[in-house]
Order: sequence, then C-alpha cells, then structure tokens
Amino acid sequence: MLKQAKSCFAWLLGLSFTSQFALADDVKRWGVNMTQGVTDVSREIYGLHMDIFWWCVAIGVVVFGVMIYTMIAHRKANGAKAANFHESTTLEILWTVVPIIILVIMVIPATKTLIKVYDTSEPDLDVVVTGYQWKWKYEYLNQDVSFFSSLSTPQDEIYNRAPKGPNYLLEVDQELVIPTKQKVRFLITANDVIHAWWVPDLAVKKDAIPGFINESWTYVEEPGIYRGQCAELCGKDHGFMPIVVRAVPQAEFDAWMNKKREAAAAIAEAAKQTLTFDELYAQGEAVYQKHCAACHQADGKGIPPTFPAIAGSPIANGDMRAHIDRVLNGGQGMPPFGEQLTPVESAAVITFQRNAFGNNTGSELQPIDIVNFKQGL
Amino acid sequence: MAHGPAKGITRWLYTTNHKDIGSMYLWFSFLMFLLGGVFALVIRAELFEPGLQIVEPEFFNQMTTMHGLVMVFGAVMPAFVGLANWMVPMMIGAPDMALPRMNNWSFWILPFAFAMLASTLFMEGGAPNFGWTFYAPLSTTYAPPSVTFFIFAVHIMGASSIMGAINIIATILNMRAPGMTLMKMPLFVWTWLITAYLLIAVMPVLAGVVTMMLMDIHFGTSFFSAAGGGDPVLFQHVFWFFGHPEVYIMILPAFGVVSAIIPTFARKPLFGYASMVYATASIAFLSFIVWAHHMFTVGMPIAGELFFMYATMLIAVPTGVKVFNWVTTMFKGSMTFETPMLFSVAFVILFTIGGFSGLMLAIAPADFQYHDTYFVVAHFHYVLVPGAIFSITAGVYYWLPKWCGNMYDETMGKMHFWMAFIGLNLTFFPMHFAGLAGMPRRIPDYNMMFADWNMISSVGAFLFGAAQLLFLYNVIATIVSGKKATDRVWEGSHGLEWTVPSPAPYHTFSTPPEVK
Repeated sequence: MLKQAKSCFAWLLGLSFTSQFALADDVKRWGVNMTQGVTDVSREIYGLHMDIFWWCVAIGVVVFGVMIYTMIAHRKANGAKAANFHESTTLEILWTVVPIIILVIMVIPATKTLIKVYDTSEPDLDVVVTGYQWKWKYEYLNQDVSFFSSLSTPQDEIYNRAPKGPNYLLEVDQELVIPTKQKVRFLITANDVIHAWWVPDLAVKKDAIPGFINESWTYVEEPGIYRGQCAELCGKDHGFMPIVVRAVPQAEFDAWMNKKREAAAAIAEAAKQTLTFDELYAQGEAVYQKHCAACHQADGKGIPPTFPAIAGSPIANGDMRAHIDRVLNGGQGMPPFGEQLTPVESAAVITFQRNAFGNNTGSELQPIDIVNFKQGL
Repeated sequence: MAHGPAKGITRWLYTTNHKDIGSMYLWFSFLMFLLGGVFALVIRAELFEPGLQIVEPEFFNQMTTMHGLVMVFGAVMPAFVGLANWMVPMMIGAPDMALPRMNNWSFWILPFAFAMLASTLFMEGGAPNFGWTFYAPLSTTYAPPSVTFFIFAVHIMGASSIMGAINIIATILNMRAPGMTLMKMPLFVWTWLITAYLLIAVMPVLAGVVTMMLMDIHFGTSFFSAAGGGDPVLFQHVFWFFGHPEVYIMILPAFGVVSAIIPTFARKPLFGYASMVYATASIAFLSFIVWAHHMFTVGMPIAGELFFMYATMLIAVPTGVKVFNWVTTMFKGSMTFETPMLFSVAFVILFTIGGFSGLMLAIAPADFQYHDTYFVVAHFHYVLVPGAIFSITAGVYYWLPKWCGNMYDETMGKMHFWMAFIGLNLTFFPMHFAGLAGMPRRIPDYNMMFADWNMISSVGAFLFGAAQLLFLYNVIATIVSGKKATDRVWEGSHGLEWTVPSPAPYHTFSTPPEVK
C-alpha cells in the first residue's frame, strides 16, 4: 500500500517537473510574482504590490504564530485547563486601531500612484485601440495608419498536432509599434462586447467598452517586445486575442509608419486589378481559414444556431449584394469585416464562399466590385 | 399533540417542519455541490496542459459559467439556509420557523429553478457562456438563446432566497424563548439575521438587472446597449450592487458556524461576543458601499476610484477583529481537534489568507495588474472554499449527531479533512502564482509559462473532489449505522440545541424553554 502510494507520488512529481509537452528553453517557467515591468508606473505598482504583500506577511506571522503556539500549548491532551476570560475592551480597541494605521500608511502611496496613472494629459502620440471579437484594431490618430492585429499561432499548435513555440498564444500577425521615450496615450474602446486591453510590462489594463472611450497611457524607455492578452471574457475566443507591443526608437518608428502608409497605398492600387477565378478561390480559402473558420468552422458547417453554416447558406447561395453586405457590414451577431479585409481579400473570400462546401453559384467577384459597393454604386 | 412525520413521499412534498425542510435544503445543496464540482473538474481537466484537449472553448465558457452559478446559488446559499432551518429555531427555543408554509414553498421552487438552468446545457446553442457575472452585452446582444431560461431561473432562485430571508427574520424577531434577548443569541443566529437583511436588500436588485436584460433581449429596450443610448457599465454597477453584498451573504453565516464550534472545542467562551456582533453589522454595512472595487478597470473617474479603494480597505478592520477574536478564543483554552474543529481552524487560517489577497486587490493601482487574472480566482476561492464550504462542512460534522442521533466516524472525518485541506491548497495556492505571472482568468488555453502551476492545480482539484465522495459516504454511514450519540454530543457544547435529545425529536420546544 505504502509502496503504491510512493510510486503514485513519484509519478505525479514526474508529471509536473518533466512535463509531457515540448517546452522551449526560453519559456520562463514557475513564475511566482508580478512583473516589475518597463515603465515608471509599472515599477511603482510593483512596489505597492510588494509593500502590501509584506504587510500581509507580517500580520500573518503574528496571527498564525499565536494560533500555532496555542494549538500546541493549549491542548487538552497536554493537560491544558481552559481559562475563562472572554472580554477585553483594550484589546478590541488595539486591534481596531493598529490595522487602521497600517491602512493609512498603505493608502498614501497608492493614492499618489493612482493620480499618476490617471494623468493622461499631453500625449506625444494617440493610438485608438478597438476590441473586436476576437482581435484588436490599432489606429494611429491623425496619421492615416490603422490595422488589425490577430492571433498568429497556428491551429495545429493549439490542437497539439505541432510543437508549441515559445510565444504560444502570445503572438500576432501585426504588432502594435510605439516609439520609446514618448508619452503614448491609448484611447480604448470596443466594437461588439467588452474586452480589456492588458500588457503586464506596461501595467496598463483598461476595459474596452462599446460606445465609450477609456484612456490610458505609457512611457516606455527601452526598446523591446511586450506581450499581453485580453483580460475580460468576451466570448468563445477570449483566450485567443493576444496583444503584442513593440517599442522602438523614434527614427525606427517613423520609418515603420512610412512603410505602413506605402502598404496602404499598395492595397488601394491592388484593388484595381482583375483576378482569375482560381486566384480568387485560392486566396479566398486562405482568408476564410484566417478570419471566418473560427466561427463558421473550417468545413463551413458552422456551430448553429450561433454560428450558421456557410455550406448551403441562403446568403452564400443567394443575392450577391446581400452577401457582400453581410461580409462588409456584418449583422445578426456577426461582426463587420469591411474595414479589416482589403478589397482583394473581400472579393476573394466571397468568391470562395459562393463556390466551396458544395455551394455552386459559379459567380465570382472582382476587387473593384467591393470598392464600388463601399461607395454605394 | 406529539405526532411524527407523515409517511412516504408526501412527508417531503407537503412538510412544513423546519427539520425536514432543513434536511432537504442540505441534501439539495450537496447534490448541487457535486454537480458544480463536476463542471469545475471539466475546467481543470482542460487546463491540465496547454493546448485544447478535452473541450472546445465554447463549451469551456459554458462550464465556467455554470460552475459559478451552481456553486453560488445552488450549493453555498441553500446549504446555509438548510443550516438556518435546522438550527435557528433550536438555538432560540422556537417550535418551528415563523412561516412554515412559505418555508416549504421557498425550498420546493429551487429544484425547478436548477432543473431549468441545467437543461440549458442540452439546448441548441448551449448553456449560458458569459460567466457567472454575465456582463452585458455579451449576455444580451451576443448571448445564446438559452439566456432567457437562465434569467427565469435566476428569478426563481431570487424569490426563494427572499422568502427564506423573510422567514428567518420573522422567526428570529418574533419567536425567541422568554429571556433570549438579542444580545444573548448565539452568533450563528446573529449572523443569519444580518445576512437575511442583506438578502432582502439585494436579491430584488439582481431580479431587476436580469429583467432589464430580458427587456433588452426580447422587447427592444437598450438599457445596456450603447448603440441604443444605454450603457454596458450600468449593468456592472447594478450587478455588483447585488454582487458584493452577495459575497458576504455567503460568508457571514460561516462566521456564525465557526463562532459556535471554536468555543466548544477550546472549552472556553467566545471572546468578544459583542464586538463580533458589531463587526458583523459593520461588514454588512460596508458591503453596500464597496461594489465598484470589482470595476477598477472600467474607467471610473478618479474620485470614484479613490472612494471605492478607501471603503474597501476599511473592510479589513472589522474582518480583522473577527479573526483576532477567534484566535483569542482559542488562546489558553483546553483544545481538542475533532473534525469540526479541524475544519474551523483551517477556516480561520485559510480565510485569513483569502483576506490578505483581498486587501492586496483593494489597492486600486495594484489591481490594474491583478484584475481578471488567476490571482483573483485564487482570492475568491480562498474565501469561498475554505470559507463557506469548510464552515458548512464543519457545521455538518458538528450538528450531524444532533440531527440523526448517531456519531460520525472520527477517523474518516479526519481523513476527509486532510484530503480536502491538501487538495484545496494544491488547487488554489498555485493560482496566486499563475495570476501574478500574468495568466488571465476564463481562458481555456494558455502559454507554457503557466503550465506547471496549472498542472498542480488540476491534480489538487481531483483530490479535493475525491474528498467530497468520502464525506458523502461518511454522512450516509453515520445516518445508517453510526454509534448512538449523547444529548450533549460534545464535552464543551453550550446552547439550547444541546438540551434536546439526540436525535432531535420531530417537534422541539413546543413549550418554550426558560433562558436565564
């Protein structure tokens, strides 16, 4: 029996120390504490956290110390006779006043830090952060740059068909790039449900609420990559909408912004081209897997009734304009994709949906049709 | 006059007897505890390793939601009402509850509420998947169709709680034996009196908020939809105005149970009885002015943020008073450590740890890092599992000999305790670390940096689950074939409930006792 228990215990230890899954060497394991982060504010918050933690430890040592002492010393089995005291106004006043003093000591620095966190005035750069089910949109205010940022971890890693990389679930297709040594203000909102934008190293966590704009800010000194996640339950893929912030020196940032603007111009140019059906279908399949499959499923069967099937769908087999309208503008719980898909991608994915999964409309769509639709033509 | 219970099923269907109804509440809550526990084990099984193995994210969210709802409304609350039904009349020398027919009704609507809630698991679109806090608009515009059944179930649970609370207040205020003044009442009666007022104050608020959801979903209103001029944050304010007192509803009666058990096994009167009563009342009052500490990240103005931070930190004061009083009660006692005492001592220690993390969470700037992480999950499980659940378990072991007339098996009781104690700490302590390291709550999958702590949590959870099966076995074995218990049961027991025979007769105190 004992032997069995022992081997069982060894097995459990083995499980937790030499885990079954492949672990990359650069994954920080057994983390026990809050990050100090990379900003003044995050270090102050870490300091508050440690202060209150040590107060708790001190109180715990006293209270649990007395408890353990009394449980050893005052056992009936050791012949302890019960005393009969049951009141002491002095004690009651003492252990009301002392905690109040400790609280006041804690509250002063906490208030100072809070005032600092709330000072969103005079930013050098504004970024509008919009939460979508289940991705983030970043828009550099008055800079003509905006893009979506979504999870880039492949499904194969999530479903254990491929080894997981070190940044598993914490990697995105397009990072948010910000300049170092600049006060960056985040204007945080959401398009559908409530999300929360959280980057631990920046100590920024703010709810993204549809219809409202919350403000937060950061000032990063050192270049680096800082990873975070959505912190408010926002539906099915809440666990799959990470945040990656790359802080770079101002010059590098400016160059990156220019490149982004050029890319936007290239997309507008690409909208003018005409593609063959096969090109549209192939590109559409890729877009579908990236943007549509999370809900409508890779096989197009959906998860009815919340996520209807594309296969045999009245929309994908019906009027073309209704189909374009649904994809670009959303509806019945589906988010709009008009802003995050380029005209080429929209045309491709609609063409794909109308000809895949047994749908057989034979119809195809060119990027220019999307541009025209958007202009009401 | 003396007549026993009716025969057959009608005894339970038609009963107005506080002991029968108390037993039904307790059995029902244990059933719900097992159901909620199974949901929790599905969660822990999925989180055993990174990657998606067992369930899909959609179902995972249904599990977190149902686990929370079933544990809060199905396990903890009815269990305390069950204890109140059994013990309050016997502690104050009353023959029964003041409103026995309403008592029957308030129990019997519960099984229907939970049958309806559980049935949503089999509906098209699945069960509620928006968390037990059901934040709009995820729970309105974006909810599965089953949300309507969820709303109706919550209405019924609320009606049941309100009726139960009215009954307890009426009983305590009107049916005390001669000489049983308010300041002579056992602390369990006091804490329940205060809890009942909390229930009456906040359950209608919960009913209101779910009704507003119902209107938004089916009748075109926009209370919580910004697109229609509403405010999603309004939902959170109204919900937490209910929700924060709710967490004290789940812990104040626990204070009462522990305040009965510790003096018994320390063989020494409760230290600071009057200050315990005042501390309970203070906590109840403060519970109404701290709700937005659950919402430090929604973007409140700084004045609101500061107010809720200060008020929340104040709660530490009366709660500290309680802990210090329990410890001083033990000090210089003559202690023995039977199962109820073990659970109660563990309650004091582990609840205090939950209190510490609560104090940390109260620091608003630090909360920006803690909020919606596993640190919060660790915190509220430390106050609810070794808090509410351990005190209920302690209460069952403590009063079971009085209820059924038989003594439970001490060895098995202690084994249950140690399994539960180790299991719970293995489960919930590592969650502090995972949360501080940056793991958000309510996610079905995570980066490998959180893997080790999650694996330990999952192992602990299954151990804790197994311990509860032992508990069930021990209770049944006691009822069926336990050794006969004495009337006093415990050497150090005091109070009216110990003056009646074991098992307590079907009707007790038909003639009121004299309390000196």
